[in-house]
Amino acid sequence: MEIPSRSRVPQVGSEAQLRTVLAGLSGVDAVGVSARAAKLATRSLKRETKRAALDLAISLVDLTTLEGADTPGHVAALCAKARRPDAGDATAPPVAAVCVYPDLVATARAHLVGSPVRVAAVATAFPAGRASLPVKLADVAEARAAGADEIDMVIDRGAFLSGRLGQVFEEIVAVKEACGPAHLKVILETGELATYDNVRRASWLAMLAGADFIKTSTGKVAVSATPPVALVMLEAVRDFAESTGQVVGVKLAGGIRSAKEALRYLVLANETAGSTWLEPRTFRFGASSLLTDLLLQRRSQRTGAYARREHVSVE
Amino acid sequence: MSERLNVRKTYKLVIGGAFVRSESGRSYEVTGADGAFLANVARASRKDVRDAVRAAEGAQPRWAAQGAMLRGQVLYRFAEMAEARAGELADQVSRAEGVDGATARASVAGGIDRLVWYAGWADKVGQVLGGANDVAGPFFNFSVPVPVGVVGVVAPADSSFAGLVDALVAPLVTGNAVVVLASEHRPVPAVLLGEMTATSDLPAGLVNVLSGPLDELGPVLAAHEAVDGLDLTGARDPGALAALAADSITRVLHAGPPATPEGGLQRLRAFVDTTTVWHTVGA
Repeated sequence: MEIPSRSRVPQVGSEAQLRTVLAGLSGVDAVGVSARAAKLATRSLKRETKRAALDLAISLVDLTTLEGADTPGHVAALCAKARRPDAGDATAPPVAAVCVYPDLVATARAHLVGSPVRVAAVATAFPAGRASLPVKLADVAEARAAGADEIDMVIDRGAFLSGRLGQVFEEIVAVKEACGPAHLKVILETGELATYDNVRRASWLAMLAGADFIKTSTGKVAVSATPPVALVMLEAVRDFAESTGQVVGVKLAGGIRSAKEALRYLVLANETAGSTWLEPRTFRFGASSLLTDLLLQRRSQRTGAYARREHVSVE
Repeated sequence: MSERLNVRKTYKLVIGGAFVRSESGRSYEVTGADGAFLANVARASRKDVRDAVRAAEGAQPRWAAQGAMLRGQVLYRFAEMAEARAGELADQVSRAEGVDGATARASVAGGIDRLVWYAGWADKVGQVLGGANDVAGPFFNFSVPVPVGVVGVVAPADSSFAGLVDALVAPLVTGNAVVVLASEHRPVPAVLLGEMTATSDLPAGLVNVLSGPLDELGPVLAAHEAVDGLDLTGARDPGALAALAADSITRVLHAGPPATPEGGLQRLRAFVDTTTVWHTVGA
């Protein structure tokens, strides 16, 4: 495949130009997207394919804990699980990253020394994103200083929904700059964006502003990642790569609890964006209990007997 | 006025308090003892076994945490519900086993009486199976029976109702949840009993009933790591299933004891562990 040059990224020098680019996006056929997502969900993975897919899914997990009650001890346990998910089976791959609040980044960093597992931090006044830009940038700086490899930021949905697209864009640009070499994941909070058209526009907006990943949700609102939304976002990164040559990742987060759902999303990504996306650099699941189910299914596939929940560590 | 059409019933699985078709979508025909078509019945798959065990795991802790007396009352209500549908049960037992109406009614009445008998045990089993132990020191020391968790029941093949009641209810009395593999060729009374759990205050998921090929479902249930007890009364090859269960420390009742008071107590004893509790005598 010929990689087009980077110069084809549309120049967005002003809010007017941004509006022109976003207005040029075609609308989403909501019924068609739902039907396509439902159709792909009927694909079934069996035997070796399923085993490989479960291992792949484990390696794509951002093991997440974002509770007010998080403690350093809890994060330490989570890191141990991230490095070696199945205590009884060293062949289970480590997860992609551990995702915590900024104040716990240093703890996570300390417990992940010498492992390939990265540290992600949710910053920018997560989960609501309702703070001034300097506060958000300070949040990012703190997480970076503590050693975060990846920053998960939330967009200002209020600004996006009321049409202040330039403000949203500028914030992402500013946060990206504050991130430095750290990867920036931009959370669109699709459950609050109301329409698939908005999801498509927000995806493009985030990618134009420099996002390394676009992420569905915080996991803190009623509606999180859904197959149709994932499909729209995967189409967006595919189209963006085709027109600009820049590969942006997709992170699905919130409400994905079973291995079955995870494998369906892998099929969706494979059929929409392509198999090249299915690696930790460009595809992630933000989840906590999902990992437990993936491990249970993995054990069942290997032993032939359904596994007991207590036999894998529950974080 | 035109002739009324038959309203035929498809007997479904009972999983997590819902009446579902098999995950596989399959069903099979059940014939009566005379070989005549009786009903279409859902044919459970291994994934239905998995779902049923998961439902049982979810329901069991709350049931075990209920007071023993309340458990007894709920089981008594289960008997009330069975009594109200005794005619339907007797009709199905008669067709399945090929016995006359009076024999079937007597069998169902016997099963319901047995259910009431078990209900009465709920707040007494602790005293009989547990006790206060004599220890050298200023302590109380109690042995207390606690439920093992999820019990898989391979229902008796011949006694489609009365035998089933024994196998199904005994584990419930002591606080377990059950996954029943109904008699393969006579599953209807078991499914009916499963339907009655929905109206008798038993929590959803506590009783799950699967109909289907025992050769396919039995090994999956036996090998399931989350199944803590197995009643193999209706199994064709109990030894093979017990061997599959051995890996995950499962209590096994190889052949069901008779439906006598002693046999019933033996069943109650089969699916409890004994835990020992120390307590200071206090001032």
